[in-house]
Amino acid sequence: MKLVFRNIEKDGSGNIALVPEESEDMWHAFNLIAEGDAVTASTVRKVQNESSTGSSTSSRVRTTLTISVENIDFDTQACVLRLKGRNIVENQYVKMGAYHTLDLELNRKFILQKTLWDSVALERVDMACDPAASADVAAVVMQEGLAHVCLITPSMTLVRSKIDMTIPRKRKGFVQQHEKGLAKFYEAVMQGILRHIDFSVVKCIILASPGFVKDQFFDYMIQQAVKTDNKLLIDNKSKFLLVKASSGFKHSLKEVLQEPSVMVKISDTKAASEVKLLEGFYLMLQMEPSKAFYGKKDVMRANEAMAIETLMISDKLFRCQDVQKRKEYIELVDSARDNGADVRIFSSMHVSGEQLDQLTGVAAILRFPMPELEESEGENNSDSDSD
Amino acid sequence: MARHRNIRNRSYSDDYDYDDVYGHSVEEDSCLSPSDASQWLYDRSKNQQAISQFLESDDIQEETEEEVVNTRPGLERRESIDIRSLNLNEENEAKLMSCLDELRNILGDTIPENNLVQAILNHNFDYNKALDEILNNNSKDVKPAQENSKNTKPKLVIDQVSAIPLVDKAPIITTRSNIPKVIAPKFEGSDVEIIKGFKLNQASAGNSCSSTPRDQSPATERPFKSDCNIIEDKINKIKENKLDPESQYSNERGSEKEHLYIVVVGHVDAGKSTLMGHLLCKLGEVSQRTLHKYEQESKKIGKQSFMYAWVLDETGEERVRGITMDVGRAQFETKTKKVIILDAPGHADFIPNMITGAGQADVALLVVDATRGEFESGFDFGGQTREHALLVRSLGVSQLAVAINKLDTTNWSEERFNEISKKLKIFLKQAGYKDSDVTFVPCSGLTGENLIKAPEEPKLLQWYNGPCLLDVIDKFNVPQRPVSKPLRMSINDVFKATGSGFCVAGRIENGVINKGDKVMVCPTKEIAEVRSIAINDLSNNIAFAGDQVAVTLSGVDIQNVAIGYILSDPVQQIPISSRFEARLVVFNVKVPITKGFPVLLHHQSLVESAHIIKLKALLNKSTGELIKKNPRCLGNNSVAVVNIEVSRPICIERYKDVKELGRVMLRVSGVTIAAGLITDIYYT
Repeated sequence: MKLVFRNIEKDGSGNIALVPEESEDMWHAFNLIAEGDAVTASTVRKVQNESSTGSSTSSRVRTTLTISVENIDFDTQACVLRLKGRNIVENQYVKMGAYHTLDLELNRKFILQKTLWDSVALERVDMACDPAASADVAAVVMQEGLAHVCLITPSMTLVRSKIDMTIPRKRKGFVQQHEKGLAKFYEAVMQGILRHIDFSVVKCIILASPGFVKDQFFDYMIQQAVKTDNKLLIDNKSKFLLVKASSGFKHSLKEVLQEPSVMVKISDTKAASEVKLLEGFYLMLQMEPSKAFYGKKDVMRANEAMAIETLMISDKLFRCQDVQKRKEYIELVDSARDNGADVRIFSSMHVSGEQLDQLTGVAAILRFPMPELEESEGENNSDSDSD
Repeated sequence: MARHRNIRNRSYSDDYDYDDVYGHSVEEDSCLSPSDASQWLYDRSKNQQAISQFLESDDIQEETEEEVVNTRPGLERRESIDIRSLNLNEENEAKLMSCLDELRNILGDTIPENNLVQAILNHNFDYNKALDEILNNNSKDVKPAQENSKNTKPKLVIDQVSAIPLVDKAPIITTRSNIPKVIAPKFEGSDVEIIKGFKLNQASAGNSCSSTPRDQSPATERPFKSDCNIIEDKINKIKENKLDPESQYSNERGSEKEHLYIVVVGHVDAGKSTLMGHLLCKLGEVSQRTLHKYEQESKKIGKQSFMYAWVLDETGEERVRGITMDVGRAQFETKTKKVIILDAPGHADFIPNMITGAGQADVALLVVDATRGEFESGFDFGGQTREHALLVRSLGVSQLAVAINKLDTTNWSEERFNEISKKLKIFLKQAGYKDSDVTFVPCSGLTGENLIKAPEEPKLLQWYNGPCLLDVIDKFNVPQRPVSKPLRMSINDVFKATGSGFCVAGRIENGVINKGDKVMVCPTKEIAEVRSIAINDLSNNIAFAGDQVAVTLSGVDIQNVAIGYILSDPVQQIPISSRFEARLVVFNVKVPITKGFPVLLHHQSLVESAHIIKLKALLNKSTGELIKKNPRCLGNNSVAVVNIEVSRPICIERYKDVKELGRVMLRVSGVTIAAGLITDIYYT
């Protein structure tokens, strides 16, 4: 994402112009834009003109509109962001108050105006505009009969393709069927890789599976590549990295990202560090349960006692429609930061973020044990269910 | 009647082939309205009945006779069983039958047969006395019956109801007079009906007293059932079926050896496949030629010690790597049992396969390597010995044999044997096995010592005089087979067989499956028809709970059936849901289980990703008392009630309903973290 300009007043209101450059930037935009914000972007609108004789002609014109956002839609797979709202700046084609849906496009500037730019939003802008962070990794987690072809970007894990097949088991006299089924499965996974992974962008491709599936698949793929003279695969052979995972389900990516050999390759990406952090939280919960808490109420109280060392919070909480709630979370983040805590905002598009979402969306590792929280938490657990 | 019998005795397959033709001819011949026709046609699973039905549709006599049967199928069944259960010798049985016939002649079918039988027995086969008794019981209004009852049926019925204290019979009988009207209004005449009633009883009596094997085989069972009609509502059918399977089971399997499924588990390289392979060879299940071939081939790649394992490890991959990857299957017979072994992989990566295998087993054989260091690494340092034993126990296997293998490497040392069995005993007790259910056997898979014969090795003989492995297997108890419950079969393999259709293989957990049955493939809820059934590669007409079968299905696409699906009774369906409550027993876990914990859920052969969405309560491990409501996390070895959500709907049963389908295993990153019993199912 490119930052074009930034005008923020003392009271926190103001506008920022941004140019999204890659699909991940759409994700950032999705997290930035909230209901009630004003967005200015160029768009195409069908305009009907009535001539003096009464005949009407309609034409499509490109125009720049500013709308007050009422509805935000994000397609996680295609990375397309649509904003629906009323026009608030009249121009020659569109009246005030007319509805329009903006499609934010890559490489086209948009201006976002907020009444309050809070710390989380500003941090998001900084993060989005940091060019160093981008490093794409592709991962294929598989087991016999199930594979996920995923793309891991700094703030998103996208499942590009899921291959789910039934492979006959080995049985007396039917061994061929098992092997045939397996070959078919490998072929499908290979096609998935070829179709969905851009070798020029991706810096490494992780093949992860339990047992020997990964090795068998890798052998199969190279064999096929040689057979069909597929230069793309042969040239990029060195980019493949084989690691162990316990299953072909998506959440075994977590294990993959903890693998030391993978960590070296993707050390910068947010995904790996988030996994590590969450693992740390769980370990703490095991070792010293009074130093690890989750749920809004517990964490809030820990924060009041200035006990938080690391605060993990899912970005889903900042996207919530309720302004009041969002404010509460922003306050939590700000005050925790003021108290010297390490605040990590998890991307809910990563596996670890998904897990954190399930875990009420907010968790904290404390500096010192707070056993009093442990006792009181029984009754408020139900409150923290709502996110 | 004669024609009827003919059909009954007809061989199965013949009927089968011509199904379709009969189906057509009926539509044309009888000119039924489409709705009527559908009544006759709707249930293809009852093909056999349909045939007899169709044949008789032009025959008034027999047609109505069926109506009569129809009205009281439950009773009918009970009677025939009663007679059998009386344990009469042949002569008495014949006497009984003739008396019954006489009585029927006089009374018609208005008095329940068991009353008659009782009376006859009371008077020692003197039918006059018996008749007296019955008539006295009925006091008034018996006369009409004696006159061969020219009376109208309904009146008689009412009288009988008042006379005989069998009140629940009343509604059934009243429907009797209605049904003929619906189907064929012209067959009224009470005269005819009574005669038919008589005939019917003869038929049923004939059926019940005959003791030829054929009569007991399902082939006769079927047309008999077919008498009870399609018109019956489903409830009735189920009631009747409930009686069926038990007797079918005893008929089919009473004489045969019992089937026992045994899963072989243990740490990787403990010698499971070799032990089993050698056992099979010794029992002559593997031909010399094949064995020789394996010997040569294994020698070629320099792994001669694998030659026995190759009997069970068939895929190229398995042989090259020298480990079992998927469950291998073989069978042999002992003195009293037919044993099917499921050779599970020991490697940690293939535990999902092992769970599939163990889920189908009745008993387990745990193989441990007695070699110094090997046992320790398999048992103490995160080896599979522990995990397997725990898993097998959590999957409901309670009887366990422990084969202490490779004892030849320790020079048949008694100390080593005792050391290992002591260690294991403590652990197995903790895991929940009863001491009396665990047997330890010293053996060697490679040399074949103490497998099927008492040991010859003098060093072993010095201290061991217990049973050999085969005897231990023979001594296992075969669990009860729940044949009378509604059908549940878990699918663990889907493959294309030769010929049309495709096969699903799996274990029948509950109930009975017949050739020609309609079954429901769940959770997709598609109806399929059973084309054929094979038990251990032998084709069969019927299979019962506990059997491992390959079922050829038609009517569904192979794409829509996957491993982990359940074949269910179409009427009494299996619950399908994605949310349920379970009681978890947490094993040794590295990190505690919290809300939102992503896990892999193993349920039978199904593996699905799931989340723990709520921790409801923490319970006391031994007493089950509530310790804490809404706990924050579940630590090691705790017992808790949680809610689990699966990523897509699956077929589950509550543990109290169907044990096998009420068990789940939770695994995270290749480690089993908990086992659970389903206590409640939420429908969303």
